[in-house]
Amino acid sequence: MREMKILAVVIFFTGLIYWGVEPYAHSQMHKHVESENFEYKDLAEVKAGDVAKGKELVMSNCTACHSIKAKNMPAPMDAVTSSGAYGVNPPDLSNMGGILDAKYLAAFIADPAKAAKVSHKFTDGKTHPMPSYNWMPKEDIESMVSYLQSIASKEITPKEAFTTACGRCHAVRYDGKVKGEKWTQIGQKPKFKYEKDSLAYDIKVLDYQDALKKYMGKLPPDLSIMIRARSHHFLETFIENPQSQLHGTAMPAVGLSEEGYEKIMQHLENVGDPSKPERDSMGVWFLLYMAIFTVLAVLWKKSVWSKLH
Amino acid sequence: MAHIDENAKPFSEQWLDDRLGVRTLKRVMASEYWIPKDINFLWAMGMILAVTFGILIITGIFLLMYYKPDTALAFDSVNYTIMQEVGYGWLFRHMHGVAASVVFLLIYIHMFTGIYYGSYKKGREMIWISGMLLFVTFSAEAFSGYMLPWGQMSYWAGMVITNLFSIGSLELNGIVEWIRGDYVPGDAYLTRFFMLHVFLLPLAIIGVIVLHFGTLRIPHVNNQEGEVIDFDIEAQKYLDGNTKESKVIRFQWDFLAKDFMVMAFFLTFFFYLVFYHFDFAMDPVNFDPADGLKTPPHIYPEWYFLWSYEILRPFTKDIGLMAFGFSQVIFLLLPFLDRSPNAIPAHRRGLFFVWFWVLLIDMIVLSVMGKVPPVEPFGTVGLYAALTFIGLWVLLPIITKMESKK
Amino acid sequence: MSDKVNRRDAMGIAFGTCAAVGGVYALAGMKKAWDPLPSVKAAGSTLVDLSSAKENEIITEKWRGKPVFILRKSAEMIAKSSANDKARDVIIDGSSYLVCIGLCTHLGCIPAYRKDREDFLCACHGAEYDISAINTKAPAPLPMLIPPFKIDGTTLVLGEAGPEYNKMKEAGVLGHIALDPKA
Repeated sequence: MREMKILAVVIFFTGLIYWGVEPYAHSQMHKHVESENFEYKDLAEVKAGDVAKGKELVMSNCTACHSIKAKNMPAPMDAVTSSGAYGVNPPDLSNMGGILDAKYLAAFIADPAKAAKVSHKFTDGKTHPMPSYNWMPKEDIESMVSYLQSIASKEITPKEAFTTACGRCHAVRYDGKVKGEKWTQIGQKPKFKYEKDSLAYDIKVLDYQDALKKYMGKLPPDLSIMIRARSHHFLETFIENPQSQLHGTAMPAVGLSEEGYEKIMQHLENVGDPSKPERDSMGVWFLLYMAIFTVLAVLWKKSVWSKLH
Repeated sequence: MAHIDENAKPFSEQWLDDRLGVRTLKRVMASEYWIPKDINFLWAMGMILAVTFGILIITGIFLLMYYKPDTALAFDSVNYTIMQEVGYGWLFRHMHGVAASVVFLLIYIHMFTGIYYGSYKKGREMIWISGMLLFVTFSAEAFSGYMLPWGQMSYWAGMVITNLFSIGSLELNGIVEWIRGDYVPGDAYLTRFFMLHVFLLPLAIIGVIVLHFGTLRIPHVNNQEGEVIDFDIEAQKYLDGNTKESKVIRFQWDFLAKDFMVMAFFLTFFFYLVFYHFDFAMDPVNFDPADGLKTPPHIYPEWYFLWSYEILRPFTKDIGLMAFGFSQVIFLLLPFLDRSPNAIPAHRRGLFFVWFWVLLIDMIVLSVMGKVPPVEPFGTVGLYAALTFIGLWVLLPIITKMESKK
Repeated sequence: MSDKVNRRDAMGIAFGTCAAVGGVYALAGMKKAWDPLPSVKAAGSTLVDLSSAKENEIITEKWRGKPVFILRKSAEMIAKSSANDKARDVIIDGSSYLVCIGLCTHLGCIPAYRKDREDFLCACHGAEYDISAINTKAPAPLPMLIPPFKIDGTTLVLGEAGPEYNKMKEAGVLGHIALDPKA
């Protein structure tokens, strides 16, 4: 009947303007980038290597710059001094084998700038702070990868994955049990009793950020709310290959495996959208209630209008 | 001296009626406020708007408890404190953001219903004008509200829209700085828009709503055929028990029962959006904290402003501003531009029917063009859509003058 | 006819009830929005290092936004004190301390410590407390409250209930019930 026709017209035009202003307009603003599902098809295959040999090689080649907390090997320099020397604090290697793709790890050790897709940054004689190991036989690199995989924790938490892969460049001010506690590039800010100690820590962070900014060109953004600031698809394709979404960016391709990526995303959800599980479950109850409410409203209206028609 | 019944029990209906006239109020505003029976669900939009406004006020009150109007604190007070710490803070924020967007969908449906059925003519001009004033105040309220999270979109929308006040070639930069209280949108700008959003504009809106209801009472609500009803005769039929043949119904509870039913469907849709589909109302770009040294690659206003934004875009600065000014004011003049004597639905008004649908489609085209990047072919489509808009209003007096009396 | 009226009323009541139930849940949600935030409740503990505390020198620490008095007692002070006073002493590394929330139990002002008289005077309405913060003059109704505490060597941890605190709680000397300062 007529009211249904009118409703159809309203729904049609509402749908039309929604389509034009949301999915259509956004498709015109951002060209679609295909995800590669973290397969790293362009990288060479790697075979399993000799873990014992790998340990030897890692100890002699890597620990001069990298800490390995899992094996009680501390960093040779503190974070701020490292950033002054290298631009960024060399990462701890404990969990690298557990969240990065093996093909990527091997390619990175052989040629860091190339694997990370940041060769465009290192022109005019500038070199990547980590040296290339392409002079090393392939089996040796594969052994190092196998060793790193063997020492990685079996149950890496989302936060551990994040701090390993992202935390040396990206701060997360929302990551703390209470307001004021936060993840900084030099670590989780502890609780300080005295204002002076808190400020001293903040100054260390700022010093680090200055060095990082010089190295990267600009300060990598705080990721607290990034899960709401970009679509899932953008984040997936960007993390997989930053150049695909922001051509020329200084952010390296980090080489996460699919598992590693899922953990990172979980962490971003935990710090940026912790109400999501509650929102999803509560919505069901709300809509159920509204269904009952609507049925009763219809029945009441019909009974009131039975005397009017 | 009013007649007081000495025997009336305190706070009984008689006692209150002697002092406040509650029985008369009830008759005039509720039980004998006669509404035509020949109406459809679009007639419920007014009540739904009132409910949505109520949702905005109540959720706004809770947001107001925790929001900090300071450029250093605003973003985190919303996205950390309210969204992550406050009990159900995320729910209040989502409801407020979605309601702020959906209220404009309701406003446009309500407006176009009025245009279609001629509910701005023959004694209803003031209803239309007060309604358009509500559109203007709601627009200002929405704009000032969008500033508050102090994200990238807040900042750059603020920058662009306040720049409009330099009035093109007149280059009134002093006025722009005065509005901002600073050279760029900064702390002074944020706190004054906070004042507007939380105090002054809501007061103004409530005042105009009262006016809007007042202007409706005497001319009465319109009906689907534009029939001129003798409310006294029809009311008498109803009161005599002939409710099925009477052309009118009571506001309370006949009209309200239908209102509540439509509202139930609306609220179901609303809560679905609040929980599962809200990015259209809470744009991701505004989840980047404001940065005065970096314009996002795509800035655009909220969807309900896009058609006016697009009218500005295709022209040079001064012409664009004039077209923009024209578009803001022209709807107010509708009762006087429509020269036809007929207050009947558009499908019985010949060319006006065509005019109506062309206007609606044109405004949708303008909205979409306002959102997409200003590249070809969108630039040209936008230009023609803007010219069509102006042309339609120029043609209106001519089309309606030609309409024969029905 | 009246059948229809009854049905109309019944539907109206059903609908109204459904709406009212929703309203109650909404009010409950609104009440939750007023609750103290997690960052307030998780204020955690305050640590106080007492290794260099001096006798008869009042230390004021902040715990959960409130002042906490810590006073190291001298041998003379202990000799003069009553059994109730001694029951409220917190023994840290061999020394006796007063540890209490520094708010007058009348209406919440901060009483001042009078070093020469070894007592407290609240300037707001004239209440007085002895060396162990037991009220000695009206209008103070109760002793100043002893907060949950734990002892860790020479460090006092405010905010966590240790065994000594629990013993005092059982003895009823924390300040929830009135005590005789002379007993």
